Amino acid sequence: MTDKNGFFDLSKSALSRRTALKGLAAGAGLTLAPGFVRYSQAQSSAPIKIGFQSHRTGIGAAYGRWYEKTSAAAVKAINDAGGINGRPVELVIEDDGTDPGRGAEVVGKFATQHKTDIVFGTLFSHVVIGSAPAAGENKIPYFVVSEGHHVASTKLNRYVFQPGITDVKSQIQSMAPWIAANAGKKVTQIFPDFAFGYDHRDYLPPALKAQGAEVIAQIAIPPTESSFTKYFPQIPAETEVIYHVMVGPAVLTFVKELGEFYGSNRPQLFGFMDSLEATDINSPGLEFLDGSHFWEGSPRYAQANDSAAQKAYRAAVGIDDNGAAVGDPKDVSTASHMFGCWETLYVVKKAMEDAGYKGPEDRAKLVEATEALTEFAEGPEHPQGPKTFNGKIHQCFGIQNISKVEGGKLNVVHKTKIEDGLYEAEGDYTTQAL
Amino acid sequence: MSEASPAKAYALHLGVIALLFALSFVLPEYHHGLLARIMVLAAFAMGYNMLFGYVGLLSLGHAMFFAAGLYGAGLAVIHLGWNVPLAFLAGIACGALLALAIGLLALRTNGVAFMIVTMMFAQVFYLVILYFAAWTGGDQGLVVPQPARVLSFGATSLDLTNPTVRYMSALALFSVVLLVTLAIVRSRYGRVLVAVRENEERTKMLGYDTFSNKLIAVVVSGTICAASGAAYALLFGYVGSSFASVQYSILPLLWVLLGGAATTLGALIGTVFMYYVIDIASGYTSAYLLIVGIALILLVLFFPKGILGTIRQRWLGWLP
Repeated sequence: MTDKNGFFDLSKSALSRRTALKGLAAGAGLTLAPGFVRYSQAQSSAPIKIGFQSHRTGIGAAYGRWYEKTSAAAVKAINDAGGINGRPVELVIEDDGTDPGRGAEVVGKFATQHKTDIVFGTLFSHVVIGSAPAAGENKIPYFVVSEGHHVASTKLNRYVFQPGITDVKSQIQSMAPWIAANAGKKVTQIFPDFAFGYDHRDYLPPALKAQGAEVIAQIAIPPTESSFTKYFPQIPAETEVIYHVMVGPAVLTFVKELGEFYGSNRPQLFGFMDSLEATDINSPGLEFLDGSHFWEGSPRYAQANDSAAQKAYRAAVGIDDNGAAVGDPKDVSTASHMFGCWETLYVVKKAMEDAGYKGPEDRAKLVEATEALTEFAEGPEHPQGPKTFNGKIHQCFGIQNISKVEGGKLNVVHKTKIEDGLYEAEGDYTTQAL
Repeated sequence: MSEASPAKAYALHLGVIALLFALSFVLPEYHHGLLARIMVLAAFAMGYNMLFGYVGLLSLGHAMFFAAGLYGAGLAVIHLGWNVPLAFLAGIACGALLALAIGLLALRTNGVAFMIVTMMFAQVFYLVILYFAAWTGGDQGLVVPQPARVLSFGATSLDLTNPTVRYMSALALFSVVLLVTLAIVRSRYGRVLVAVRENEERTKMLGYDTFSNKLIAVVVSGTICAASGAAYALLFGYVGSSFASVQYSILPLLWVLLGGAATTLGALIGTVFMYYVIDIASGYTSAYLLIVGIALILLVLFFPKGILGTIRQRWLGWLP
């Protein structure tokens, strides 16, 4: 059926023969592009190929950029030291667009087109959850640096691991003793009304209760909200601590309006650094945070007592004492999370060596070797700190940092113990078939 | 407008289905998997095209119908333990009911108002998914367990996670939707829809109940989109709110515009084109959306009616 009224006719331009030929040539060129080349299996001397699922675009792009930098630095360090099982490591990067649909396609692409040995990456929980089925179906180990509780919940599958960063349930639980002992016993939570906020909503109250403190109010703020003042009257007057985990661009407005609401007479503030990753703590509007405390995975600012391993890690990744890119003070890193990429790649190295990994035919052995790991000692391979690993739930446990905003910097005032973040396993991946 | 004989039209469409079937045996593994996904989403685009292409109703809320099928099927498996066929039917039923309800309300408007109303309903649907996070998994979504994604027939069973089974299942869905769409647009009812698109007042004057006809089209369109969503959940194992976001209302519009609105095969061509432009361009640059944008502009300039629409206009006037 033709459309004589031009209902869909956006232009009346004619198509010349030359243009059509150019189009055909371009089409032919695309079909010959590398994406169509079938890759051969890795040989014993060939590089170990690690498919890196990166948030290059979309809401997670700031994380993606720093995850790439950190991973590239780790791969360089590993290769400089002789690689894995005598083979160099090569990162193959694909953009997941911070989208779960595309994430799953990218995992499939690594498994079936790039023929990578494993898949590694990414941060945002919905991308990890969306990609996990593809990893399980392709039977390709999928090492994530997401901090979500989804891996440890054992709701994903046996091929998904999180050995380089602790999960949010463990992080929240670790914070409770310090909050109850140092900040206050009556806590009001303000959190975004979606999954990241729900983790804090659900895990903090029981953790505080165990420490003799309590959550007296929970204020969920819709993700579409851009002004917050109207929510602040809901904060009970007896509140001793405001526990806030707002994320995204609105956090600057949130802090500014909270400052205007309270003035100089405010309760204690405790937040998670997820709110301010890749954001300068000295940005206009954030002055109100001075004197408040934050959870940090790995400290953004260099500390006086940093270990040699921490210093070497920071130098290798290329961040200065303020946690920004060397040479570009405005390019603030995602220090609280990106160390997980470095540490995960060293876990992969250890597991591949333990498994005597030679190629994709050894993926099942690699899964079992990873599950058999129990401890990672602090050092150049684990600069954030020591960790334990629970092979049944594919999740590591480690120390956390509590930092105070002082003089425009974050100073670590407390380090938790590994035991603070341990909890009962919710399942057992090792019972699933490989 | 020339008219193809039924045999010619059906031969073309059956030929396309046969080609897709044959491709299953020759495509490299990655493209085999990608084409399975494309066929499911092309069914979504065909559902959209039913309303946009043939009735001229531009909806900006079709993600809700896709998501209704996605969640209807996915949650039936996850929370109720239903088997694959029942869950698939549940997904379709959810989409059909939602389309009926939305159609009854949204069809009181037309033009720009219809776009806005459908977009608002879709946004409500999206926020409802987030609100009931305890059941839907909120913005993180849920995994449909791999062991549950098996189609059983007595003693035999088909594992939907097997690449060949998945491809053939996607092809079956695509084929049914394609042939149903073809049958509808070639029927008397299909001609009424086009008449509504071209001149609704005149169609009314000729004695047709245009509201009822449009409502049926909304329900058919929503049902097809829901079937696609249900298949997506069962074949690819993930249900998530991003599939209910406005992006997934815009995507079928782009796929259809690219391939050719009011062409039965345009949805497939547009979906394939868009998928591969993104897939190839993202291998070279993180600015691949810029390349997609340029490709879209070039298409608007040189293929103003979409790829197949322009081919039909210039060379093959008989294409349905």
